[in-house]
Amino acid sequence: MNTSDTIIAPATAPGVGGIAIVRISGADALSALLSYFRPSAASATLESHRLYYGALRDRSGCLVDEVMAVYMAAPHTYTRDDVVEIQCHGSQQVITAILSLYQEHGLRLAEPGEFTYRAFISGRLDLSQAEAVSRLVHAKTDSARKLSLEQVGGALSREIYSLAESLKKSLVLIEAWIDFPEEDLPDEDLISIATTIENAKSKTLTITSSYTCGRVLTEGASILLLGQPNVGKSSLLNALLGEERAIVTEVPGTTRDFLEEGFVIDGIPLRLVDTAGLCKSGDVVESEGVRRAEEKIPSADLLLWVVDSTKKLDDLDLYVYNRCVGVPTFLILTKTDLVAEFGDLSFCNFPIYQISSKTGVGLDGLRRGISSFFVGDQISAPEAVMLTERRHYEVLLFCLDCLRRASELLVDGSTLELLAFEIREALDCLGKISGETSTESLLDDIFSGFCIGK
Amino acid sequence: MVNSYSKNYQVIVVGAGHAGCEAALASARMGCSTLLLTIGLDTIAQMSCNPSIGGLAKGHLVHEIDAMGGEMGLNIDATGIQFRRLNTRKGPAVRAARAQADRMAYSARMKYVIEQEELLDLKQGMVDDLLVEKGRVVGLETREGIGFYGEAVVLTTGTFMRGLIHIGLNNYAGGRAGELSAEGLSGSLKRLGFRIGRLKTGTPARLSARSIDFSKLERQPGDQQIKPFSFVTDKIEREQVDCFVAETNEKTHQIIRESLDRSPLYSGVIEGVGPRYCPSIEDKVVRFPDKNSHQSFLEPEGMRGSEMYPSGLSTSLPPDVQLAYFRSMVGFERVEIMRPGYAIEYDFVEPMQLRASLETRAVAGLFHAGQINGTSGYEEAAGQGLLAGINAARRCQGRDPVIIGRDEGYLGVMVDDLVTQPTTDPYRMFTSRAEYRLLLREDNADQRLTELGRKIGLVGDTRWEKYLKKQEQVVAASQIIKNKSITPSDRQVVEDLDLGELKSGVSLELLLKRPEINIAQLEAVCPELSEFSRQALEQVEIAVKYEGYIKRQLEQVERFREQEEIKLPADIDYMKIPSISTEVREKLINIKPISLGQASRIQGVTPAAIAVIHIYLRKQNYA
Repeated sequence: MNTSDTIIAPATAPGVGGIAIVRISGADALSALLSYFRPSAASATLESHRLYYGALRDRSGCLVDEVMAVYMAAPHTYTRDDVVEIQCHGSQQVITAILSLYQEHGLRLAEPGEFTYRAFISGRLDLSQAEAVSRLVHAKTDSARKLSLEQVGGALSREIYSLAESLKKSLVLIEAWIDFPEEDLPDEDLISIATTIENAKSKTLTITSSYTCGRVLTEGASILLLGQPNVGKSSLLNALLGEERAIVTEVPGTTRDFLEEGFVIDGIPLRLVDTAGLCKSGDVVESEGVRRAEEKIPSADLLLWVVDSTKKLDDLDLYVYNRCVGVPTFLILTKTDLVAEFGDLSFCNFPIYQISSKTGVGLDGLRRGISSFFVGDQISAPEAVMLTERRHYEVLLFCLDCLRRASELLVDGSTLELLAFEIREALDCLGKISGETSTESLLDDIFSGFCIGK
Repeated sequence: MVNSYSKNYQVIVVGAGHAGCEAALASARMGCSTLLLTIGLDTIAQMSCNPSIGGLAKGHLVHEIDAMGGEMGLNIDATGIQFRRLNTRKGPAVRAARAQADRMAYSARMKYVIEQEELLDLKQGMVDDLLVEKGRVVGLETREGIGFYGEAVVLTTGTFMRGLIHIGLNNYAGGRAGELSAEGLSGSLKRLGFRIGRLKTGTPARLSARSIDFSKLERQPGDQQIKPFSFVTDKIEREQVDCFVAETNEKTHQIIRESLDRSPLYSGVIEGVGPRYCPSIEDKVVRFPDKNSHQSFLEPEGMRGSEMYPSGLSTSLPPDVQLAYFRSMVGFERVEIMRPGYAIEYDFVEPMQLRASLETRAVAGLFHAGQINGTSGYEEAAGQGLLAGINAARRCQGRDPVIIGRDEGYLGVMVDDLVTQPTTDPYRMFTSRAEYRLLLREDNADQRLTELGRKIGLVGDTRWEKYLKKQEQVVAASQIIKNKSITPSDRQVVEDLDLGELKSGVSLELLLKRPEINIAQLEAVCPELSEFSRQALEQVEIAVKYEGYIKRQLEQVERFREQEEIKLPADIDYMKIPSISTEVREKLINIKPISLGQASRIQGVTPAAIAVIHIYLRKQNYA
């Protein structure tokens, strides 16, 4: 990606708003602004980081829009290049007119995320911050936005940093024991090292296990409705969506393929997938649908096994039940406004929700259940760090492997150099998310911490 | 008046310390007519400080120097008076050899070896000025008024350039206590445009053995079984001497604290930066006030003779304070000082001005090695000397320089660090500096570097044949342990090795993977193995036991090489690369890294900048 030319793009979301912002970054930003913008106050030059009111006119002198413009001189800007921001009226026509004016002038329309990329290249953001900003830009829901903001502030970086610090302390000791066998250093105390490694392991585990939750918040989760035909899956879907999406009929097997609908519970973006009823149907189309429904099970984050409470459980229900075992599943008993006949459910360990799509009874409970299944208490705890990036997740899993092997090595002191190897690998992993540990700073810690020199 | 010397040399080496001796020997052995010039012919390969060779990472360096055909390993094997392997209870990568030398014998043997070398002339003389024409060195002039001419010059100036000795608040010029300093040379280098810095180091007093009560000190003997430094030394059977352990106490510290106003270190007289890892005793007392005792190994400086070296007690306090604090220590109540300790400041030339061949970028044909590069330690100096000598000779012969990778040896780690990282205090090698430590072991230095030494022309037939034989044995022994199995019917063996219930046959290799089984036990049950040398079997054992870790390090090396192999062309114009900061740009222009890998190791060069450079290279079709 070329990072030396001057780029332009709307900085605010598409759609009609009162005000929109167009951002320009690069060496030509100021001259581009001054080519078309006249501040109303007669000043010869624009001061950096000051907002000016004025008119934006095209080449022929026609007014494009009345705008507020700010010029920010490098390096105290988002990209560390010269940046100009133009606040214009929020209509799409105005924005398009300004963009084409400047494209004709020679500016290039920025690729998605290019401003952030430049901020990263210029060293203003570290990798995890840059990724979080791109998430922030694309954040679909409020929770995702909050999560991204935390990462920009460095909650993840901070957590990783403190993890790395504790490991580095152990590494400093181990390296000192290796390189200075003749100095009177603290004893080779493997217990303290073991404690550090155990702590680091459980901390890493906590962060990695937040990945599902973090991912759900930013990417959303999918919920698959399963059940034999005509137990009320489509009614449930409609009730949750609050509108008539699925065709509800009395004829079993109306939903032949899938209905997929997006909705939001407590800020979690969810995709609800309604399937054809699972049964050994003679209908070719439907049995194909059934096969594909079963295929969808592994990729779903949550299954809703839907059972008609007015009927006794039969073999078909149990067929569906068997598909659900081993996968996170809620049992949904429908039609609870009618007489219950389902019988004994003690074999089933799934959380059970009794609902009536008709009266709406039980729907709120189900919504709460779904919400807490995905985010538990984590979203409300302000200090909790959640992983949202697959790259971070994988790096931390590798780090965890190193720490596991390290604790296996701790049986005696004969493997200190291997222990150091594992801890270094773990630190390298953490370094991929935030800063790295250099040998020089390791040596600094050794010599400032211990009296060495014979 | 300068008189031109009638003989023209190819390589001239200045200084006959640990760096200079290796440089001169390497150059002469590679077929270049070589001159070795030194201020004092009686102080060849002098041990100015600690009378010992080796230790962690330093022992590794000596093994590598030896594998390439250097002299240090042979010299210490011939003159060592106490040998001790360190970290024997830790893994093979961090075990290291260390030996006390008979200081005078060490020096005398090295002088003898140099005198025997056919193409090498050894002369006394102090260099005042370098002769440079059109950016290349052509020779030098001595204070004595002789002009020597050569195609390449290796400077190994030690602590002699503008050396300034401090004892208490007194100071005087000198390269070592009792020796002259070289006052002209660093000015000559400065005029050539080199950035010159100043460092400091120090040494403790030498004590008279006769005046020490050894009965009050803990005795530390050498190893029963000596493992030589050199690959070609078969066996060392020599009488060994003991070292002793002494300790400072609160009284000692009090005496030191009360005299700090007379310390040049604390009164601001000394400007040079001293080594972090080797602070003076006054530094230790000030920086670690909670420590009420510091240990000192008392090391004899020779088989005969009375001088004892008390390690860890280097100082620049006045002689009367030195005597007072020594006498406060147990066993030293009536001690006599034979030479007082002192600090010395000296000029060095910032090594980021060098290429990875150790040739300076500013003056073609000029090489630097040892303390002039801001390093400390005999082994570090010898390693650089060897490489500088090799590359000076290769330059004369029109060959490409030899550059050792960080994955190939501590020698490579050291040179890369020196030419890439700023020197803030005297540089010393530690195993923690080597990213690929598990691969860079003393026990496999021969496997890593003998072939290179042979190619260069420094490995003679005897060493080469011995090396080939060992390699053959390693291969054969590995085959045997792979192919030979122990079955449940081998009852005696199962019992001897305490294997418990064996359900089916197990190869010796798999058995060796068990932590409780070692190669010696297998040798006992498999007579075929006893035909092989101990060294060959050791390699087999390490390869099997550490297979997983060695594999992982090799993977790391592969990733490392990827960036190492992306070369940065000499004519690359960093001003043209967009989006890198001025600071990074300046560093790249200054250091001129040869590969993207080296660039990534420069402090302050961010991964983002590396990505940008890489993209730029691709666009320019460089990479």
